[in-house]
Amino acid sequence: MSDVVSHIMKDQIYKLAARGMREDGRPFDKMRPMSIETNIIGPAEGSARVRLGDTDVFVGVKVELGTPFQDRPTEGVLMTGAELRPIAHADFETGPPQPPAVEISRVIDRGIRESQMIDLSKLCITPKEKVYMVFVDIEPLDYFGNIFDAGSAGAVAALKTAKVPAKRHGFGEDFPMPVRAHPVSVTFAKIGKHVMVDPTLREELVSDARLTIVTDEKGDVRAMQKGLSGSFSYAEIKECLLLATKLGKDIRAIKIG
Amino acid sequence: MNEMGGGSTDIKLIDEKGIRLDGRRVDQLRPIKIEAGVLKNADGSAYVEWGKNKVLAAVYGPREDHPRHIQDPTRAVVEVIYNMCSFSVEERVRPGPGRRSVEISKVIADAFRNVIFTEQFPRAKIDVYIEILQANAGTRCAGVVAASVALADAGVPMMDLVPACAAGKANNQLILDLAKEEDNVGQADLPTAIVPKTGEIVLLQLDGHLTPDEFDRCLQMSMNACMQIYELQKDALRRRYATSANDVVETEEAKQ
Repeated sequence: MSDVVSHIMKDQIYKLAARGMREDGRPFDKMRPMSIETNIIGPAEGSARVRLGDTDVFVGVKVELGTPFQDRPTEGVLMTGAELRPIAHADFETGPPQPPAVEISRVIDRGIRESQMIDLSKLCITPKEKVYMVFVDIEPLDYFGNIFDAGSAGAVAALKTAKVPAKRHGFGEDFPMPVRAHPVSVTFAKIGKHVMVDPTLREELVSDARLTIVTDEKGDVRAMQKGLSGSFSYAEIKECLLLATKLGKDIRAIKIG
Repeated sequence: MNEMGGGSTDIKLIDEKGIRLDGRRVDQLRPIKIEAGVLKNADGSAYVEWGKNKVLAAVYGPREDHPRHIQDPTRAVVEVIYNMCSFSVEERVRPGPGRRSVEISKVIADAFRNVIFTEQFPRAKIDVYIEILQANAGTRCAGVVAASVALADAGVPMMDLVPACAAGKANNQLILDLAKEEDNVGQADLPTAIVPKTGEIVLLQLDGHLTPDEFDRCLQMSMNACMQIYELQKDALRRRYATSANDVVETEEAKQ
């Protein structure tokens, strides 16, 4: 993402932050409105579209047959990928995923994996030989910041509504994706001394540090990632964790359309 | 299927006395050896042995960044390349940057970018190469520790050295500095890097399952360990430059 942000805009965001305000009028601790639709792509085993403010992301789940990892012979395989394709923003380019996209996919993957959201043991057909492989692909269409939370919510919604296409492969009836947890990702940006949740694109462009926290239904932490060159203090991290748990409950309660 | 993040917990990692498989207490680091200035070509270098991890870091630069259009006219560009040697683990690692290495390289570069006084070197580039020769869990932290000693050895001006350490959970107990056997069946891992002077946290990742209270204790444990490692880093630099200082004295004496 381009580092070129006009000084006037940067100034403006800093000045607002110093007064406890943001460019879109939100308080520091409020997310933009999030809406989630699912089952929107026919050929996909699961799909979702998430709008977080103006950010618009599609997520598709495909399930194929494959061989398990040698050290997990009785478990299916989960793979999460994200691409920042040029359709979503003028600064995105074609080509293989660059480090920012790799980071996004790995952080979203971590939340799903570490919360044990998918019972991978139920995706084993023949130990050591044949398992279902679940591919989650995240495609931002309109990028206005915080792809971590929009992409994560989309991945979770798409997986929750996905089916395993057993019939197509001749292994009995189709069955729902074995889901047993609902992880929620909440991301913070630090601008100067101010920490705010769910940064907009402009806020992202001027922020010094980023913190993503994934919590589960019990309010336990499942994954975390500090990003960008800035830092967080111990006290800030504790505060973010409290807020991530609280906001996580609200996001978990969003009705899927 | 068990509740844990990392797999089976049948293996007993900690005995009744709180002693781990390798004889450590729950809050004890593995033995760490740091040596500064181990390579001749690089502008700065460091070698770290951390338990069974063997990690080499080299710094080139600040040097001219090219092609010119990627230069930053206001500060030096910092690039980190973390690489696991193909022979560093049991099963051969396919050479080249995988997604894991790309992410680790990025978070380490992010950790250093604001610690280095990059604005002193506009248009320049500082390359940090981290080679994992032998891996036994905790390589990104060992890499950060080696890289910051190598940066200091290269004379790159920095706010402070950056120590790093992980804490985590295995066998339902919070433990410091997970070794391979523990990480394999562990329930959580929290690598952390700090700037000791300010207490800022510049690298933080977590995977696994911790309650908020456990998270807090893990973070404190890893931050405390960082302070121990900080002393080892300073000591490595002192040893390196004490020798060269002696050399100078000796040559001066020889002249007389």
